[in-house]
Amino acid sequence: MNLFNKLKLTHGLAFTLALSFIIPLTAQATQDEAQIRGLEIAKSRKNIDAGWRDSQSSLEMILSNKQGETSQRELRMKNLEIDNDGDKSISIFDSPKDIRGAAFLTFAHVKGADDQWLYLPALKRVKRISSRNKSGPFMGSEFAYEDLSSFEVEKYTYRYLGEEEIEGQATYMLESVPTDKYSGYSKLITWLHKSDYRVLKSQYYDRKGSLLKTLTASDYKQYLNKHWRAHKMVMDNHQTGKSTELKWLSYQFLTGLEESDFNKNKLKRAR
Amino acid sequence: MRLLLITLIALFTSIASAAELRGYMGGEVRYFYQDPWQDQQTDWQASFVTQPEFYWDLDENGDNSLTFTPFMRLDSADKERSHWDIRELKWLHLADNWELEVGAAIVFWGVTESQHLVDVINQTDDIESINGEDKLGQPMIHFSWIDDWGVLETFILAGFRERTYAGEQGRLRLPFLVDSDASQYESSRGQKHIDMAVRYSQNIDDLDFGIALFQGTNRDPVLTFNPQQQNLTPYYVQMTQFSSDIQLTQNEWLWKLEWLYRDTKPTSYYATVAGFEYTLIGLFESNADLGLLSEYNWDERQDEATTPYQNDLFVGARLVLNDEDSSELLIGVARDLSYMSYSGRLQASKRIGERYKLSLEAWVFNSKEPADPLYYYQNDDMINLNLDYYF
Repeated sequence: MNLFNKLKLTHGLAFTLALSFIIPLTAQATQDEAQIRGLEIAKSRKNIDAGWRDSQSSLEMILSNKQGETSQRELRMKNLEIDNDGDKSISIFDSPKDIRGAAFLTFAHVKGADDQWLYLPALKRVKRISSRNKSGPFMGSEFAYEDLSSFEVEKYTYRYLGEEEIEGQATYMLESVPTDKYSGYSKLITWLHKSDYRVLKSQYYDRKGSLLKTLTASDYKQYLNKHWRAHKMVMDNHQTGKSTELKWLSYQFLTGLEESDFNKNKLKRAR
Repeated sequence: MRLLLITLIALFTSIASAAELRGYMGGEVRYFYQDPWQDQQTDWQASFVTQPEFYWDLDENGDNSLTFTPFMRLDSADKERSHWDIRELKWLHLADNWELEVGAAIVFWGVTESQHLVDVINQTDDIESINGEDKLGQPMIHFSWIDDWGVLETFILAGFRERTYAGEQGRLRLPFLVDSDASQYESSRGQKHIDMAVRYSQNIDDLDFGIALFQGTNRDPVLTFNPQQQNLTPYYVQMTQFSSDIQLTQNEWLWKLEWLYRDTKPTSYYATVAGFEYTLIGLFESNADLGLLSEYNWDERQDEATTPYQNDLFVGARLVLNDEDSSELLIGVARDLSYMSYSGRLQASKRIGERYKLSLEAWVFNSKEPADPLYYYQNDDMINLNLDYYF
């Protein structure tokens, strides 16, 4: 604006000609700045958590509908950090009892579809399944597969929206637009803790641009003096009135898992 | 004697209490709404079924375990359908890159849905269901080597299991009974013939494939008519089978192929099943997925084939609601292009509460040609309702 005023005072007519160039240029500059700042924050988020290597956790999933009726699932997860690509994970179900022993193996990818296998204990069959379902619900919950897969910088383009305080904690507000055309979202707005970049809240907008869901993450604990993990995540669906709560009962790091443990043939071992 | 009995009971309860138990029990009602071939065959059939699985972790890290999975069905009408089996009784040892399984176990090979062509390790428990997915426990020594270059498995299969058939009162059978007691074998060792198999499988990017070699007793018998007894005698021949199963997964497309070559008597032959499954994800902006399936089944023996899948096109649709009750519906039709007969199926299921599952299954058969294996099922259209409790 200073530049603008000076120009107006000293030049008069020449200004109106210049205006048509300068205004779009400055707008472009702030746009680029917001994108650069956004990307920086996303990179910091990824870097600050890098090096967790592997983890094993057990969790409860509580599904609630509009009427407040609930149903519960119990599962265990094994995760392996993969450099320069999405992570590998195995989810094993303990309840509901009819799917007990069923296990999912996922190789998440930064670009393109994930690889996914499902083990069906009743038939002793390992089935490779269509990996295009990332926007679909995970086990009938309000979490989509893509909400639970690992955060990778390349999955989105970013725009920094500013700072905001959430329950007394200073956060960065970040807009992320998925780069994958198969994503179920047009954009996400995420509130990240200013000092350690953990996600406190996230809003998901559907493909038409309306607000679909809000994620609230809390009960953070730090592992290995470095890695923050939420022990409670609540996903509220604003369009259906349903919600899902994820409650982590345990988390272990450096459990010695290796890439060979994430082999489709070892899914049959999962109990 | 009494002391021995008490000791045994005490021993069993202490072993059982150390076990991790899971499984199901349930009730089933079947109704056949057309008149049977023979008067003694039933229209209504009710049964109780249970399959508990006892698991003992022998060293608290799962590397050595014992699994015991008995199965039992009690049927109101068909004596043969009231049967029990040991689906699993095995010791399993897991190492970093190898596994050893010793005992009765179940192994699945294959990728397709309309039939399980290359899946030959276990005998089919045909009396359980007609989709061929229920298997009898097979005694085996099964060694797997799991490495970056793939998985190499060897099987030594000792003790042959005979196929199960419906009894006099039962439905879904031929007009003559199968006398399993009179079973005959090509091998002079009969049921004691030791079968061998080797399988190599791997996945490379979007491709999952397996190749296998099996040498031993063919699980599919040739049924020969015995005019004196007016019944059928199963004859189990020897075979060497070379097979392959391949799936290519590309986004919403699954491309599937199974084929085999059987060197056997009376004729050696090729057979294949190939097709696709295409999934419409998030149907009409909902959470539901709709899968469209089509598979073509072919057998070189054509009219001489011992299976109904000699020249058949299967078309089906699978609706998965992705809701909290895991509701699913499958509708399919298999059209026999030689006999112009067809069979249709409907399978639906949903969870009720946390521990119950309700399933509905219906089959219709239509065939005009006596040479068609399906011909004898044409009066056996049925509806099957199951309620299972999982523990």
